[in-house]
Amino acid sequence: MIAQPAPKREVMARRDIIVAGLGRLVPESGLIADPIRLKPYETDGLSAYRQTPMAVVLPETTEQVAAVMAFCHQEGVRVVPRGAGTSLSGGALPMVDSVVLGLMRMNRVLEIDYADRCAVVQAGVTNIGITQAVQDEGFFYAPDPSSQLACMIGGNVNMNSGGAHCLRYGVTANNLLGLRIVTVAGEVVEIGGAHLDAAGYDWLGLLTGSEGMLAVVTEVTVRILRSPEGARAMLAAFGSNEIAGACVDAIIGSGIIPVALEFMDRPAIHACEAFAHAGYPLDAEAMLIIEVEGSVAEQDYVLDRIREICNRFDPVSLRVSQSAEESLAIWKGRKGAFGAVGRISPDYLCMDGTIPTSRLAEVLGRIGAMSAACGLQVANIFHAGDGNLHPLIMFDANDPSSFHKAETFGADILKLCVEVGGCLTGEHGVGVEKRDLMGVQFSEIELEQQRRVKSAFDPGWLLNPSKVFPLKPEGALAA
Amino acid sequence: MSVLVPGDTEGVVAAIRAAHAAGTPLAVEGNGSKAGLLRPMQAAQTLSTRGLAGISLYSPQELILTAGAGTTVAAVAEVVAAKGQHIIAEPPDLSAFYGSTGAATLGGMVAANLSGPRRVMWGATRDHVMGVVAVNGIGERIHSGGRVLKNVTGLDLCKLLTGSHGTLAVLTEITLKVLPAPERRGTLVLKGLDPARAVAALSHALGSPYAVSGAAHLPAEMAARVPALAWIGDSVTVARIEDFAPAVAYRTERLRADLAEFGAAELLDDAASVAAWAAIRDVAPLVAEPGAVWRVSVRPSAGPAVAAAVARAFEARWFMDWGGGLLWIAGPATAAAHDAVVAAAGQGAWTLMRGPEALRAAVAVIPPEAPALARIGRNVKAAFDPKGILNPGRMVAGI
Repeated sequence: MIAQPAPKREVMARRDIIVAGLGRLVPESGLIADPIRLKPYETDGLSAYRQTPMAVVLPETTEQVAAVMAFCHQEGVRVVPRGAGTSLSGGALPMVDSVVLGLMRMNRVLEIDYADRCAVVQAGVTNIGITQAVQDEGFFYAPDPSSQLACMIGGNVNMNSGGAHCLRYGVTANNLLGLRIVTVAGEVVEIGGAHLDAAGYDWLGLLTGSEGMLAVVTEVTVRILRSPEGARAMLAAFGSNEIAGACVDAIIGSGIIPVALEFMDRPAIHACEAFAHAGYPLDAEAMLIIEVEGSVAEQDYVLDRIREICNRFDPVSLRVSQSAEESLAIWKGRKGAFGAVGRISPDYLCMDGTIPTSRLAEVLGRIGAMSAACGLQVANIFHAGDGNLHPLIMFDANDPSSFHKAETFGADILKLCVEVGGCLTGEHGVGVEKRDLMGVQFSEIELEQQRRVKSAFDPGWLLNPSKVFPLKPEGALAA
Repeated sequence: MSVLVPGDTEGVVAAIRAAHAAGTPLAVEGNGSKAGLLRPMQAAQTLSTRGLAGISLYSPQELILTAGAGTTVAAVAEVVAAKGQHIIAEPPDLSAFYGSTGAATLGGMVAANLSGPRRVMWGATRDHVMGVVAVNGIGERIHSGGRVLKNVTGLDLCKLLTGSHGTLAVLTEITLKVLPAPERRGTLVLKGLDPARAVAALSHALGSPYAVSGAAHLPAEMAARVPALAWIGDSVTVARIEDFAPAVAYRTERLRADLAEFGAAELLDDAASVAAWAAIRDVAPLVAEPGAVWRVSVRPSAGPAVAAAVARAFEARWFMDWGGGLLWIAGPATAAAHDAVVAAAGQGAWTLMRGPEALRAAVAVIPPEAPALARIGRNVKAAFDPKGILNPGRMVAGI
């Protein structure tokens, strides 16, 4: 289990005064302090961890956020920002002496500018909500995390969320132009704007992926892109992970960058097929979903080239989608992968390391050996073009030893990712989940450098502390 | 002035530790090709990364290249071109612009976050820096990112250090994402448009489904200075498409039809496209201008108004890239002209790219930050370089 720092006793002792003070800063319905109503805020997408915060505030404007931050700063109260609470790494896990700052009521699209290809949205607009706001004009917002129906852009910014199509369109950081932020002291600051390149330090880049530790994001200016004329998927199935991995290398090595290139191993294929009936080949050891874009003729041209490459690797089956419906069905299995694994196992942990793609077969082999050794099943889904691996470790949460084994197995996978030249997390963030593994990837000197950057924004370590950086001895924060 | 040229990261560590202990300011450079950028510095010693040259990893199928900061951009470009790939952000070669003899290094390209025309579609240099090794102002070796394409582990110091002009840490090794180079390029040329119509046409092109990867407008006098465009004899508005040959043929025809309301577009072939965009990328039309040169980044639709405002204030020579979102402006090297550029840029960003030392020392060369952000900026500087020995005053006076 992950340790939490000791609560601030002086803050806990003033709880009623602090709650009353917060009540003066947000609309009446925007303050939650009742234990029953605090329940939904105890946890996020990493539901194995729960902590009840002192209070939740749900501001409706940047000014209210600023007032809350200034008040908490003055009172020495820790603040945990929260969007939709979909973090898989515990990024929004409260602390018992913290105030949860929920941005979900800031859910308005403020400006859409098609001529300049950007939109200004509040932090609580959902990821899919941006695309929905612009799709009638033929535009979309590119990053597409699996949680895109629920997750909010403020959380996407803070976690630098990815998705299945970032091989072509990049992650959140590559699709932002500006932010409105509130500092820990309650100052409102504009970063960037509607222009492409700022001068000076890249605050936009540093804040993106900072996991709510540096500032509170209240508004985001995103790039919107014109949708392609069309897209089509194909399936390619192979006799081994090695062969499928070599085929991925050959496709990219040939100069083709598909918009998506997804890999599933045998357990993942079976789980997803049972769930989605997408016609996945059950006799294959590994399968690729490859998607290309453009006009029908352009799709045909690129798919022909990909098919020719796949044919060099003795495929078990090759199937090019013949219709939009068929492409949807092919994607349905992949996008439903988490639900599919949920049907065959009571619980699962979704890991998120990245590896050099050239090491795929070796890494999957070693994960298989670990799985056999610890007796827990694992299904592997992989953003093959960019090396982002999602092993889904199946366990039973009602059995504490099973959960412990799953956590240890997961940690061993992430250590393996670092060992082969990759990293602990490709898109889910460190949060609390991987916090204590940071020493595997970074030296103490490097962690201290990052902590000093946090301190530069937040000298008192009030903003989402206890995330990302291992605690000091005795469980103290590093402030 | 002595120049330290360490041969490895450990040598950089030793040099900075000594400078830190003695409190000696260091001017950090690669080959010094961009010494004329930003503010002039007075430093007792120069620390060059040019000894850190060489490509240590290139994996074309993983789209990844790692090289020492002193490796020249040209060397990297040549190695990836041999495998049919390219540096994505199309960084400019500013050697003619600065009249420098030293070859631009990878470290300098990243430290200055310089990107070319393709930035409008494929992102800036900062978007493709996947990992760095650097030495901070205390003399500590730090790495951030790695050699994989997707990585959110810890704070993204790669982005913070990219574009920090050597004021936070000295980059010693850089891992860059690269991509397959296009098989073919095609450029549509519209002639005789005024700036507002030109930006409208480019907005149309960039908002099309045809993946336009270059969108520029040059007034007639500027176009006349680009051999690949001079024959047109009028203002030139160009939109580029890069991809497989059949896709380029198809999309340029579709886009030509879509742009019919702006006139009959002509098509530049592959070779002319390469030449025209290299000139735009390298700021060729303004290389021989006397005085000062500014780079202004604004909301694209604001580009024409910025151009009009500076033209009212002084005898400005200018052209636009990034669909109107980037203006290169030449004018007199005076504080008054500088103030006019700053006023015209409004909410956008601006950089004094070139000018006499006296002007670069006298004015803010990049926009001043709001007080809260300036305070954080000083804290961040101190978090890396507590004694302020790395490139002091390069970006902002006194920091």
